[in-house]
Amino acid sequence: MTILVIAEHDNQELKPVTLNTLAAAQQIGGDIELLVAGHQCQAVADAAASIAGVTKVLIADNAAYEYQLAENIAKLIVARVNGHSHVLAPATTNGKNYLPRVAALLEVNQISDVTGVVSATTFQRPIYAGNAIATVTSNDSIKVMTVRGTAFDSVNAQGGSATIEVIDEQCDAGQSRFVSEELAKSDRPELTAASIIVSGGRGMGNGDNFEILYSLADKLGAAVGASRAAVDAGFVPNDMQVGQTGKVVAPDLYIAVGISGAIQHLAGMKDSKVIVAINKDEDAPIFQIADYGLVADLFDVIPELTNQV
Amino acid sequence: MKILVPIKRAIDYNVKVRVKADHSAVDLTNAKMSINPFCEIAVEEAVRLKEKGIATEIVVVSVGDKSCQEQIRTALALGADRGLQIDTSETLDSLQIAKLLKKVVEEESPDLVILGKQSIDSDNNQTGQMLAALTGMPQGTFASEVNFDAGKVKVTREIDGGLQTLELSLPAVVTTDLRLNEPRYASLPNIMKAKRKPLEVKSAADFGVELTSNVKVLKVEPPAQRKGGIKVADVAELVDKLKNEAKVI
Repeated sequence: MTILVIAEHDNQELKPVTLNTLAAAQQIGGDIELLVAGHQCQAVADAAASIAGVTKVLIADNAAYEYQLAENIAKLIVARVNGHSHVLAPATTNGKNYLPRVAALLEVNQISDVTGVVSATTFQRPIYAGNAIATVTSNDSIKVMTVRGTAFDSVNAQGGSATIEVIDEQCDAGQSRFVSEELAKSDRPELTAASIIVSGGRGMGNGDNFEILYSLADKLGAAVGASRAAVDAGFVPNDMQVGQTGKVVAPDLYIAVGISGAIQHLAGMKDSKVIVAINKDEDAPIFQIADYGLVADLFDVIPELTNQV
Repeated sequence: MKILVPIKRAIDYNVKVRVKADHSAVDLTNAKMSINPFCEIAVEEAVRLKEKGIATEIVVVSVGDKSCQEQIRTALALGADRGLQIDTSETLDSLQIAKLLKKVVEEESPDLVILGKQSIDSDNNQTGQMLAALTGMPQGTFASEVNFDAGKVKVTREIDGGLQTLELSLPAVVTTDLRLNEPRYASLPNIMKAKRKPLEVKSAADFGVELTSNVKVLKVEPPAQRKGGIKVADVAELVDKLKNEAKVI
């Protein structure tokens, strides 16, 4: 069995979620090839080659892959899957974008957001916003699946010595063009990789009030997240959103501040190790899943908490 | 411009789901059903494009048994022009749905297909991408803004780091994110009018698509329950618990 894993990167750095996806691949078992498709991405391929457990790194360096446009990347992957038993990508917006296209071109199903590997053909995944876990088996010739990063411990980024093979298929479908990008800038750790997350909800009142969460987060070395209500109200940009329709996180500590705990939010964070809820409404549903709850006005207690940690 | 909007009947997003005792599936008996919220946004976007004079006709299609006609009627009440139900009592996977929709695309030749990015029951996030692949169209997934310019569509997408704008040639497939728009409510007169709008029913067999699936759900279980926590009295106690009991800071 040979497993093809698609690397998540920004042409300069390999994203940590790739290491979690590789962990899922190791649980399936077999040779693991890692595809780095991008433009001027040699540094990424070099980093990929030193990951423990990777047999071979494939690098496809072409302007057509710079922004991982689904039309081009899908063609490239399909051209490379001969004889592979599995194709895995992280369940990021990128992976979710191109991988179903790959599956359909191969005329196979895709198993989305895998959270558990039972065997090489049987997998677990959450459905109904995480309110049920389905065990799914596939007898497709190639198993195509996206992997939920937070469900797997990352493999060691060092200790490997994979060969790097340059592949030169040029797959430009010519149907789509990158126009522009608007990325949120932040010095704090990335949300999906942070071990502590401080999240604010509608209770924050406005965007300026998030400053007190930023102070707390900086003291803790934490990332800052938000509920959909806070994003919709325009307090913070949408890439901070934690939930079914945003990012799924599972840090060691999740501090929910002014968040009621709607199903859609819980789907994104309820696998956190320790959950703290700070809310002035003692009936808020978030308290039903919080390990530690504090019923208080967040504007009183957050500065106090920042001083005490 | 003709727009095709595939929609799905799904459990209402406010319903707390229960897993059946035999672990075969989620119990949908007597559960409130609605249009999947992302599909509702797709319908709204199509209707707005018609109001702007960009779209001329909106066709809504749903795959399922007779009960999904209720959701098609809702979409018609929101402003779609006609509906198509592809009748099947089976629960189909995304690839099967995409194959059926491909046939609809071939018959209707829409300039744009708008779908929701995922249904809130199976949470697959696949159908739009698969349909794009099968029809050879470009795709603009997780759209939060859609604009047309000189025979092309510009789609602003929600990506992990922020937003990205792509330009796609038409015909294209777009899938909606929650921030694309805020769906309207259907007014009573429009609900009455929708009853007279055409709704065609075809069987899956009419399309000559073989409906076999290579994936099978073995069991469905409730997720591990979190044990109830405690309430702390003040910040000092919280910090103490986090440091000494949970040892996370």
